[in-house]
Amino acid sequence: MTLMDQVALWVGAALTLMIFSFLYRDNPFYKFAEHLFVGVSAAYWMVTGFWSTLIPNGIGKVWPSLIASVNPQAAATEPNYYFIIPIILGLMMLTRLFGGIGWISRWPMALIIGFSAGTNLTRYLQSDFLAQVHATSVPLIVMANGSFMVVDSFSNFVLVFGVIAALIYFFFSIEHKGAIAGISRGGIWILMITFGAAFGYTVMARISLLIGRFEFLKTWFQSIV
Amino acid sequence: MSNQTSFWEKISRIDRRWIFLTIAITVSVPMILGVDFAAVPSPMVEDIFHRIEQLPAGSRVLLSYDYGPSTVPENQPMADALAYHLLKRGCKVYMMAVWATGERQATVTMERVVIPSFPKAVYGDDYIDLGYKAGNTGLMNLLFTNFKRMYTTDRTGKDIESFPMMQQIESLRSFNMIFSISSGQPGLKEWVQFVGDRGKIPTSGGVTAVQATELYPYYPRQMFGLMAGLQGAAEFESMVIEKYPEYAPMRTALRKMAPQTVAHIAIIVLVVLGNIAYFTTRKRGK
Repeated sequence: MTLMDQVALWVGAALTLMIFSFLYRDNPFYKFAEHLFVGVSAAYWMVTGFWSTLIPNGIGKVWPSLIASVNPQAAATEPNYYFIIPIILGLMMLTRLFGGIGWISRWPMALIIGFSAGTNLTRYLQSDFLAQVHATSVPLIVMANGSFMVVDSFSNFVLVFGVIAALIYFFFSIEHKGAIAGISRGGIWILMITFGAAFGYTVMARISLLIGRFEFLKTWFQSIV
Repeated sequence: MSNQTSFWEKISRIDRRWIFLTIAITVSVPMILGVDFAAVPSPMVEDIFHRIEQLPAGSRVLLSYDYGPSTVPENQPMADALAYHLLKRGCKVYMMAVWATGERQATVTMERVVIPSFPKAVYGDDYIDLGYKAGNTGLMNLLFTNFKRMYTTDRTGKDIESFPMMQQIESLRSFNMIFSISSGQPGLKEWVQFVGDRGKIPTSGGVTAVQATELYPYYPRQMFGLMAGLQGAAEFESMVIEKYPEYAPMRTALRKMAPQTVAHIAIIVLVVLGNIAYFTTRKRGK
């Protein structure tokens, strides 16, 4: 392990313990680690955005010779002046920082929202609506080689009934009385089971992260003894 | 009876720090003891393994690293085991990242698994690290029609055309299979929506446990398998180890299953105790 690795290990372990200290009670060590994390994250994303977007996709496309020292490959390409348009839109976005002309930023914002809505609409319609309706259209009686498949049929019944019951629970145009109330109550059960499964998975995820941190602390401890 | 009630009252008012301590002990003790728990593969994980086994040597597979250091315990074992399995099958592995933080994780896979396990594999011929590109779903849309318009170089800045394995790549349709290891947006869900469904390209991958319930509806029609959280990663590792025992020393998810299981048991016990305490004290209040 190099000296830099050792330093990184100690800094990581110290910050982990500082964050864990919050579990006992709020304290200055926790606050220091929290503020440091926020600051480092903000700086990281700013630097990443600068080098991965602004330099190659902005300056690199319009004035390739300017980035010759950092990317000789891109510097050899012909300028593409169409990229001036997104640069201008980007500058318009920054007008939000100046109160009086802040309204100019609404134009690039409108373009982003319009573009995102346009591209996402077709994909969501295809993948999350049509394909899902197709996936729910399953036979309630499953036969294989002439015999009735009990487990598969039950599974398909739960799927179809679950979808219908959950949809009826959110159907407010008719009063939930009689049979509708019964199916609606079934819909609540389906939703509760779904939330329970999601919560169980969340617990698993958080414990996994805790194990990851403990393993890191174990590595640090082993480096000392 | 009064003693029993006072016990439940104490339980219902227990300081949460005792619970934190309990979880810390249940996680750390199995870890210190180095206990290994088995993971029985689920059909969703088995499907991934078998589909890779059926791939002919030379198949082109895209492996997207769509996560960061914060979810490494869950995601990295998935990516490492997938890369190992794909290279073992003689597939050509194209590593890329839709997340800026994913670029570094691809390097981790190369350093941990690819270079030590496949010393004869040639960079640029058998596997390549294309690095991160900004754009999220916009990037996916662009790669779908013209891959090399965005990726003109690999991660290190070398001309993409200088690598033999890039010669046959025109768009995302050039790939036989796509895997995304993700922990948020954009991730596997977006790969299914914007690429898999659109181009009928077999798509699959692994996600954090938090994301898992969002992805289940896509299986099996839109996504041929799923590794859900640490459990999914451990299941896949166990299948890889069963077929390729030399991967055993590199397993990481399976090692975490013992603390995970013990912690889950502790949480279940605490939930049950908490509920009994709630109902007992409520009854007494009435």
